[in-house]
Amino acid sequence: MPDVQALVNDFLIKLKKRKIEGSQATARHTAELLRSVISQQRVPYTNQAAALIDAVRAVGEKLIAANPVELAVGNIVRRVLHIIREEDLSLTTAAIAGLNLSAASDGDDDDDGEQDEHTVLSAAAVAAAARSTLRPPSLQTLLEDIPESAAIPRTSSSGGDSEGKSKSADKSSRTRRLKHDVIEAVNELIQDITSCHEQIAEQAIEHIHQNEVILTLGSSKTVLEFLYAAKEKKRSFRVFVAEGAPRYQGHLLAKELVARGLQTTLITDSAVFAIISRVNMVIVGAHAVMANGGVIAPVGLNMVALAAQKHAVPFVVLAGSHKLCPLYPHNPEVLLNELRSPSELLDFGEFSDCLDFGSGTGSPLLHVVNPAFDYVPPKLVSLFITDTGGHNPSYMYRLIADYYSADDLVVRRRNALGN
Amino acid sequence: MPPQRKGAAARVSEDTEDLTRHPLQAILLADSFATKFRPITLERPKVLLPLVNVPMIDYTLAWLESAGVEEVFVFCCAHSKQVIEYLEKSEWILQPNFSVVTIESHNSVSAGDALRLIYERNVINGDFILISGDTVSNMSLTQVIQEHKERRKKDSNAVMTMVIKQSKLSPITHQSRLGTDELFLAIDPQTKQLLFYEEKTDNLRGIIPLDNALLGDNPSICLHNDKQDCYIDICSQEVLSLFTDNFDYQHLRRHFVKGLLVDDIMGYKIFTHEIHSSYAARIDNYRSYDTISKDIIQRWTYPFVPDVMFSGNSATHLEREGMYRASEIEQSRSARIGTFTVIGKGTRIGNNSNISNSVIGKGCSIGSNVSITGSYIWDSVTIEDGCDIRHAIICDGVVIKSGAALEPGVVLSFNVVIGQQFIVPSYSKVSLYQQPTVEDSDEELEYADNSSGTVDSSITCTMDTLNREMMSETPASQLGPGGVGHVWSICEGGHEEEWRHSVAPIPADKLAEATQSLEDDLEFLNLDGNALSTSGELKPGRNGTDSEDDDAEDSRDDSIYYEKEVEATFLRAVNENIKVPDVILEMNSLRLSYNMTSADCAGAIFYAMMKQALEIPHATAGELRKNAASIIDAWNNLLKFYSKEIDDQIEVIMKFEEMCLESVKEFSPHFSQILHILYDKDILEEDAILRWADEKKDAEESDKVFVKQSEKLIQWLREASEEED
Repeated sequence: MPDVQALVNDFLIKLKKRKIEGSQATARHTAELLRSVISQQRVPYTNQAAALIDAVRAVGEKLIAANPVELAVGNIVRRVLHIIREEDLSLTTAAIAGLNLSAASDGDDDDDGEQDEHTVLSAAAVAAAARSTLRPPSLQTLLEDIPESAAIPRTSSSGGDSEGKSKSADKSSRTRRLKHDVIEAVNELIQDITSCHEQIAEQAIEHIHQNEVILTLGSSKTVLEFLYAAKEKKRSFRVFVAEGAPRYQGHLLAKELVARGLQTTLITDSAVFAIISRVNMVIVGAHAVMANGGVIAPVGLNMVALAAQKHAVPFVVLAGSHKLCPLYPHNPEVLLNELRSPSELLDFGEFSDCLDFGSGTGSPLLHVVNPAFDYVPPKLVSLFITDTGGHNPSYMYRLIADYYSADDLVVRRRNALGN
Repeated sequence: MPPQRKGAAARVSEDTEDLTRHPLQAILLADSFATKFRPITLERPKVLLPLVNVPMIDYTLAWLESAGVEEVFVFCCAHSKQVIEYLEKSEWILQPNFSVVTIESHNSVSAGDALRLIYERNVINGDFILISGDTVSNMSLTQVIQEHKERRKKDSNAVMTMVIKQSKLSPITHQSRLGTDELFLAIDPQTKQLLFYEEKTDNLRGIIPLDNALLGDNPSICLHNDKQDCYIDICSQEVLSLFTDNFDYQHLRRHFVKGLLVDDIMGYKIFTHEIHSSYAARIDNYRSYDTISKDIIQRWTYPFVPDVMFSGNSATHLEREGMYRASEIEQSRSARIGTFTVIGKGTRIGNNSNISNSVIGKGCSIGSNVSITGSYIWDSVTIEDGCDIRHAIICDGVVIKSGAALEPGVVLSFNVVIGQQFIVPSYSKVSLYQQPTVEDSDEELEYADNSSGTVDSSITCTMDTLNREMMSETPASQLGPGGVGHVWSICEGGHEEEWRHSVAPIPADKLAEATQSLEDDLEFLNLDGNALSTSGELKPGRNGTDSEDDDAEDSRDDSIYYEKEVEATFLRAVNENIKVPDVILEMNSLRLSYNMTSADCAGAIFYAMMKQALEIPHATAGELRKNAASIIDAWNNLLKFYSKEIDDQIEVIMKFEEMCLESVKEFSPHFSQILHILYDKDILEEDAILRWADEKKDAEESDKVFVKQSEKLIQWLREASEEED
């Protein structure tokens, strides 16, 4: 246990100090951390799923608080919670045959006070769970079932407990199976996160056509792979890269693109509007995709999106599924933003005389604001390309419903998260 | 720091000494050995004072941790118990790969003592970072350590690398934005070696004495006054032993750095590393406390900003226009919170209150109609209705009763109570403790503050014995009805400093004063026709080293002093009957110390002799002449020693002429006679007199008075020399 605790602390510190950058790296680290949390978690005979969920929640809550702006952490925590619920549900349906027995014993030995209210519902809930596991999750099922889903594993397993020792062998194997299945699924998730670039890049050929001009801003690994994949498939096209002030990551992207043999033009951010009429498609990466289809993206992209809209150029956002956030943005320009150091904009020494608070009113006359992100409203986005395919912004909530269970939207139990 | 480790690994093969990789160590001095933050530091060590609601030491530790330092030795002296207690409770102790070890001492009075103690402990085994616990930075150490190590490999005398940063001085007050004095650095632009370090130049009036050898040994030197010393040093192990070897090294800069720069026997070198985009600054006084707080709020120190939880600080949200708000704040709808304000957890703000540019700590309660501007309010402070607070520091637990007002620059220490309607005058410092009388001038206390080590125990008893007139008043009357606390009187000479170092902006009248004196300086320099500035940005008044006229002015002053010294020496020689060779010896040493030529000497000695002749009582002019003759006779050899050359002799004549014209007019009738005496005594050769006469030929009539007077003598000399021919 102290092992995991140390790992958690280490990761917490890294998140707090902004040492991990990029949502993919953060997502992978989070998933790996949660995997070890799960594998180290001692699972009781009863309520295995609930114990796991509690453990993941406890860690997740801390992780999210450590850097509320990095939404990928919360996404992965919710994904893992969702996985636990799903796996538990499928195990429950597998063991549904023994339900009659357990339902009978439900009434008398519920030591867990909070479960009392659920016991009445349990029969219906189990039936619903059975239904939901039989078909792939859809909008309808999610809306219908989720409120009770948390109750199902508890009731069924606590019921199992009352059976006594005769069934313990069976149960321990089930315990192991749940954990095993969850870890297996988390592994898959990690796999998905690491391979999301390739999966997105596979679709490049459908979107980029011969002799097109593509515009992008800043640097994104996903965009790089996407463009390269199209080039690999013998598409010849030109790329315009806006440099992405103040961090100038566009320079790096241009370098990479040229190294991979793509025809590249580097422009300043302010030249975007001038150049947009020649562009066939804007392809950019994102920091996070919100539930309404809005995008939290590197600063400057809202301007690009507006320019693209003005000239009816498709604005395509590439995002791995770990960037899908089930939250709705409220005041995202402020609350989901990160203000970075002004030293990225200007040299402190040169301006130190403007920042002398010793004279005048004592309040600084020069303010330097360096936001890291822009919010691009959904109406400006033409298409999202995720590892599962292309989606319309208005379809985002649906996609999110497939990945997350509604119970987990709030990881903290009392306060609403973030906003 | 992966690159650095790789570098270390690569060296292992070639360098067996590096076989064992030492963890990167740092020495953190949790005591500034200064009293600038009194009276607050009487009750709490400086490193634990909150800076934007986080103790200063947390900024330093967080930075060290993020910069890859693995072992930190925290040296605690004043209030060591508090520091150790805080660290034990903090999360730093628990962190993996980062160990914080405290070293406690009660009798160290300076940074030098601290380093000597650490040397005795023998815990440092490699390069280390020397820093004090009041430094805020976000710079990366990778590069500077790499540079330091590479220099060390080439030259084992490169013992220290100092981090500097560009920061322009205020053109008016000549102080940096951190409220520190102007700093002059001479740096070799190629090697970045530090050649000269001078902190206080106020008394030099724009003149920096640079050693000639500096220019001789280095082909080029960059002289800066726009650099700020960050007080972050990367030191080699030798530094500790250097401190042990030199017991007089106390202050890191004033003694150690200057000592190394001056001492060319050991040949130790100090190098500089300039940082550009990252931030580093040290809190030295209240002004820098204010400035650095504002820098933090403006996010120059990112990621060490309030909304990032780098230490145990509570979650804070950044809102528009630099407004930081923690959770559980109770704020009235009508309260206005302005830009660049931080409000801590659980604080209550009443109706119509107005807060701007301020930091407010945890659990404060602020009443209605309160106005707070540019102030630093720490935890659990109660401010009742209708108070007006401008540019003040208010410590934990202070209560300000309704209607009170704080004028700019006030510092209220812990648990002080300000009475109703009371107006605290600007720059007052109020504490529950009384002011210790053993207050030397600020200057000395800076490093030789004996009480700082034992302050916790002794301060109360020493102060009970005090009996200042202000103490005799009841404290209540000092701070209005119901007030608790003692107003500290400003120590003598400190008043000047008060506005420089306070949290309040410099008042307009002081600025006007400074501007005026600056203009005077400028005029003075323009008059001299030389206002050349090296960088074009600097104010000419401050770098007048290259001004010839300044030099001339300077040497004029010097020669006056020199003459006085010579006169005094001569007088003593006469009175005490000192033998001529001894007097010559003394004169020589004077000559060398004032860097004078022998001609100056001869002139000065002659002047002194004539003055002496005048002093001896005389009734008639004839007697005066006789006196002069006898003195010249007596000190013949002395004068001769310095007037061997014709030029020297001419100088003597000129001096004499000048005297007769200006200071000692009594001699003017006797000019030719005395000249004759000098000639007779072989002090003056005929060539000298003739050349003097020749030189004067073209002079104005008024200047020729004495030539005419000694016409006869000259005539006679001319004839004599013609005869010889």
